Amino acid sequence: MAKRHTPAMAKIAAKREREIARNHGKEVQSSPGKEAWKRLKRNRLAIVGLVVIALLILVAIFAPMLAPYPYNVMDYDHPFEFPNSEHWFGTDQFGRDIFSRVIYGTRISIPIGFMCVIVAFALGGTLGAIAAYYGGRVDNIIMRIMDIIQSIPSMLLAIAVSATLGGGMRNLIIAIAVSTMPARSRVVRASILTVKRNDYIESARAMGASSRRQLLKYMLPNAIGPILTAITFSVATAILTVSSLSYIGLGIPEPMPEWGALLAASKAFLNTYPYMLIFPGLAIMITVLALNLFGDGLRDALDPRLK
Amino acid sequence: MLRYIGKRLLWMIPVILGVLLIVFALSAITPGDPVDQIVGSDAAPEVKEAMREKMGLNDPFLVRYGRYLIGIVTRGDFGTSYATGEPVAKEIFQKFPNTVKLTFLAVAVALIIGIPLGVISAVKQYSFIDNASMVFALLGVSIPQFWFALMMMLVFSVKLHWLPTTASTGGALGWVMPVAMLGIANVGNIARTTRSSMLEVIRQDYIRTARAKGQKENVVISKHGLRNALIPVVANIGNTIGVSLGGAVVAESIFSLDGVGLYMLNSINNRNWQSVQGGLILIAVCFSVVMLCMDLIYTVIDPRLKDEFNAKSKIAANKRAARKAAKAARS
Repeated sequence: MAKRHTPAMAKIAAKREREIARNHGKEVQSSPGKEAWKRLKRNRLAIVGLVVIALLILVAIFAPMLAPYPYNVMDYDHPFEFPNSEHWFGTDQFGRDIFSRVIYGTRISIPIGFMCVIVAFALGGTLGAIAAYYGGRVDNIIMRIMDIIQSIPSMLLAIAVSATLGGGMRNLIIAIAVSTMPARSRVVRASILTVKRNDYIESARAMGASSRRQLLKYMLPNAIGPILTAITFSVATAILTVSSLSYIGLGIPEPMPEWGALLAASKAFLNTYPYMLIFPGLAIMITVLALNLFGDGLRDALDPRLK
Repeated sequence: MLRYIGKRLLWMIPVILGVLLIVFALSAITPGDPVDQIVGSDAAPEVKEAMREKMGLNDPFLVRYGRYLIGIVTRGDFGTSYATGEPVAKEIFQKFPNTVKLTFLAVAVALIIGIPLGVISAVKQYSFIDNASMVFALLGVSIPQFWFALMMMLVFSVKLHWLPTTASTGGALGWVMPVAMLGIANVGNIARTTRSSMLEVIRQDYIRTARAKGQKENVVISKHGLRNALIPVVANIGNTIGVSLGGAVVAESIFSLDGVGLYMLNSINNRNWQSVQGGLILIAVCFSVVMLCMDLIYTVIDPRLKDEFNAKSKIAANKRAARKAAKAARS
């Protein structure tokens, strides 16, 4: 037992003992990550967001079991059916079950959203980290190039790139990743810059850590907070961008049940069968809302100063 | 200050060169032949070849790049649209007023609703009105804009017959839905930014000082609080204006509003690369000008920043002088 010099130390020691007792005698090492998770758990809205995201991912995994009908089988006897007990969200002009199509849509919209962000951070984040690490001229050159790319509005750039490469999932991901790369590089650069001058980096360098090791082992884990928050919000934006691109006909082509493409295919029936337009849009909104709620919670949890 | 502005204006030259390089690269790898649009895709190969030669499409990449640049610098020529034969700059400037109008109306709506919402939320943190407006703001940034537009059309055009579905018909009424569509996301964004920035400012000592000296509460909030909280909000607005000026592509295409965004979308879809090139350059210049204006607005909101701009150039000048001196000493 350590000596309890001051009341504050006594308090901390007591708290620690309580925690050990709660964990059935096992010692718990606290870490910034665990502290953040504790704060996050207290934020009810963030947990709601996290649960919704988890559910959506489960829906995507088990789509074939959950969907009552295949997403692409046409049933010419039952087109334009209003939502009823057999077809919860109704059927479209080919008699396809909209509920099943929305469920299968999770298999497209959610992975694309994540992939766009992963690729954008892999490209932009690496450049941003290099810029922050080396500073000076390297920083200047990389960030000025990012400035130039950013002076084209990202939606227009995404449209131009996807028109150049042609439609399809892979090209769409490239288009969105390239157009959002500058913003992502800025996030990573800023967070690396905040930790770069710390003493532990200095000591790592003194011990002969290579620049890669310094970046990946010492700087990145300490700078990860704002990056994680940015990733969450970026997935939300990416899902919105993908669906708008599909809506104007440049994203995922029609037979695939991407949510934006579903809306694009039903916009002709706005006057006659408007129920077709409601559910895919709600699906997008719920997904994005959940990601934003979780992102808000994550930001507050990772940056305790904000509270 | 002037020096700073001049530097920023000069920076536009590499921006233009870079944007042009990006567009040229895209047009070089894109499938499809621009000649098809002029002579038709089923024209004889010799006709196509002659046209290609005449338009200079057979020249190497860098030659075309250079020729285009010389055209801009010497004649202000941003190219000719393949589709109409009109100069691209003329076409873009014809569409520009619509886009400008849409952008500024949407931003005005966002400011008028978003800033008060954010301020009230921050002042009455965790109250009912705070929660309600933050839910509204969160929905605003989470709703897919084009879907929101469709739902508005469904209610106001199809069911109630109050508003026309296109912006070109119905005069002022036609603008209500496009502005609302762009406005809702901006309201959410600005309300959220204002709130978090206000929350930080309200806890500062100078706010307590203002209250302690018996200043009226609304003066404390608006003059001492809001003014100091505005910088992130202005940054946000600047970005929004810049992006929307470049074409609120989806809004313009849904409401068939004849603006820059729709023009760019059509040009990209039709592989009308001359229009894309000219358009993107003009948009990039607009974007840089808007960003510069925003930086200048910062100095109006917070005059301390003016010193910083001046100081920055002074420090740079000092560094240059020092470097020169060192060089002179070495040689």
